[in-house]
Amino acid sequence: MYHKEKSLQIKNSASALYNNLGVLRIAPKQLTYFTVVHANVVNMVSASWDGLNYSHRQLQSKEPNVATSTSLIMQAAFCALPSRDLLVVTSQKGIQIYESDGSIMVYWHALETPETPTETAVFARGISAVWENYICVGVSSGAILVFDIPSKGTPILNNTNCNLCLWKSGEEFQVLNKIPGFDMSCSSVKLWKGTVVAGYGSGQIRLYEAVTGILHAEVNAHARWIYSLDIAPFSGLLLSAAEDSLVRVWHLSMTPETNTVEVAHLHNECVTDTQICGAKFCDGDGYAFAVTGYDLSEIIRYVQP
Amino acid sequence: MSVRTLPLVFINLGGEMLYILDQRLRSLNTSEDNSEKGVWSDNDRSRVMNDIVGTLFNRAFMDELLKPQHLYSHRTMKTVLTRIAHASIMRLNAASMDRLYELMVMAFKYQVLLCPRPKDMLLITYNHMDAIREFVQDTPVIVNQVDETHRKIIEVYSSFTEGEFQLLRQTLLIFFQDMHVRVSLFLKNKTQNPNGRFALTTSGPVPHGSDVPGLIRLFDCKGREVRRHGFPVAGSYSSSIRPGSFGLQGPRVIRLGLNMYTMSDTEETHTSNTPSVKADESPNLLAKEELNLLARLMGSMRAEDRVEDEAGTFRVHLFYTDEEEDEEEAGASGGAEKPSFDLINIQATQDEHVTSELALIAGQFTEAEENSGNHSDNREDLLAMMDDL
Repeated sequence: MYHKEKSLQIKNSASALYNNLGVLRIAPKQLTYFTVVHANVVNMVSASWDGLNYSHRQLQSKEPNVATSTSLIMQAAFCALPSRDLLVVTSQKGIQIYESDGSIMVYWHALETPETPTETAVFARGISAVWENYICVGVSSGAILVFDIPSKGTPILNNTNCNLCLWKSGEEFQVLNKIPGFDMSCSSVKLWKGTVVAGYGSGQIRLYEAVTGILHAEVNAHARWIYSLDIAPFSGLLLSAAEDSLVRVWHLSMTPETNTVEVAHLHNECVTDTQICGAKFCDGDGYAFAVTGYDLSEIIRYVQP
Repeated sequence: MSVRTLPLVFINLGGEMLYILDQRLRSLNTSEDNSEKGVWSDNDRSRVMNDIVGTLFNRAFMDELLKPQHLYSHRTMKTVLTRIAHASIMRLNAASMDRLYELMVMAFKYQVLLCPRPKDMLLITYNHMDAIREFVQDTPVIVNQVDETHRKIIEVYSSFTEGEFQLLRQTLLIFFQDMHVRVSLFLKNKTQNPNGRFALTTSGPVPHGSDVPGLIRLFDCKGREVRRHGFPVAGSYSSSIRPGSFGLQGPRVIRLGLNMYTMSDTEETHTSNTPSVKADESPNLLAKEELNLLARLMGSMRAEDRVEDEAGTFRVHLFYTDEEEDEEEAGASGGAEKPSFDLINIQATQDEHVTSELALIAGQFTEAEENSGNHSDNREDLLAMMDDL
């Protein structure tokens, strides 16, 4: 169904972090941006669609007010909002928001970290663009920071403290539902057509109906921790990638009349001797996808013929 | 990232170091070795193991490690481990310490990478501790130190969630990133490829708590299963085996962390240098913080009274020279870079080099009075003292 295409080389190898691959398609410029995190650096590659031009950039997590800081980055992700695209980078020290090409930092939010390390680690992770103009970032304490993103200018922090799973966003956020964890660690979550798709440390993928929390489907998908999930919204393709070296492509289909979901397996790719840490579709139809792995200095690409 | 990595790092790296030293010292206990003078008797070996284990599991040192703090650089790690090794009558020069460190780190990297569940890192640690207890079983005082540390580890880590263990593991993986030093034993076992990367299998038992992949289950709105079907897995997995014991004793079940050198020949503790990415040599901006940590750690290690060693100097080869290594490498790596080896001298001399600075720092942490150094070394700078190691 897919075959391997020419890989993109990156300056450093990928670190073993969840969802360690960001992809943003810029149709007007016929470019795609890729981001991969290595320790305290974000490697950005910009690839032209004709395959002829590549450019690289590195963003270092350096906080403006700390002279000697080697803050490890937890995650870098693109947030595509209707008005603008942004790149969000989270670390132990705080959250940085850049223009999507990484050229300018438009916002910096410091996490409150105590002088000496406390019992548990403090960090921010879990980035999501919500509705029209919000970006949400999770914090290790369980809080979620919500940023108002104006179409131009500086984002504004609109803090909310809540341990939860699902909100309905409108004028303000309301808690809709809480989905219990079953003592399994969830590393990746996607929302599509009213369904929550979650990937777990046990290797399972579960699909829940968002509003009611009903379990629609359960897949024993992988033999090790799932590190990344992605959905191609126009086609309903689901991509899952895990430490077991496998990337799997599934098809999700909803039947509103019976309120059921169907999950079909389509394709496997094995990246030999690699623990995969990031996998994303490169377009909304799922025509192509890209993969990163721990200690690998390349972004592997697969495309349908 | 995680602030709880140091105790596990030191116990596991220290354990690997002891496995290697034990194996090398045993191999030198025969008349076939190339040493110019003398051999290492069982007694000598036992003494070395006791000294090193006693220092590694020193209470003040362990308490310092157990405080929440970030993982430090390879340079600091190597310095402290060198100091621990030199708590014995053994002396390793910088080149052999470099080789030893590479072996230790690659072994631990392999164990962390292949760890089935993040929580199983504790089982790997306990495998090391079980073996360490055996090394010092004739010295109850030191066995007690190991037991006490084991209890503290259980206490600190028993409340961790799987997510916290995975964060710890990810922190360690960043620490090991880009290290691809080839190890003879791994190459021979096919656990490592000629390019230095570890081989990962897509078969075998799944981790405890996971299900064998291959099943899709669909439910209706009342939670009843309406359909199930399989899918091609592209691997061959089996059900998980029973979990190991997380207590003071008991079968650990996992084999990662066991002494892989005991069954193999003496040539196995070899490494060869690939042109891998070297550790960042640029000035470390956190140097001052790290030096302070170093001072605290070293000061908390007990410097014991030493008896004059009558036997004099022993010059010993820890790692063999080029000719034997070439034979081995030719088969394994075919065409790769020729390994570089140095003749490594181990000197069994007394080290009364306890500097006055260390003694001062030690005074804060240890109960017994330290032997203040007679060595007039004129070192005022902690940094300069580290260069001397």
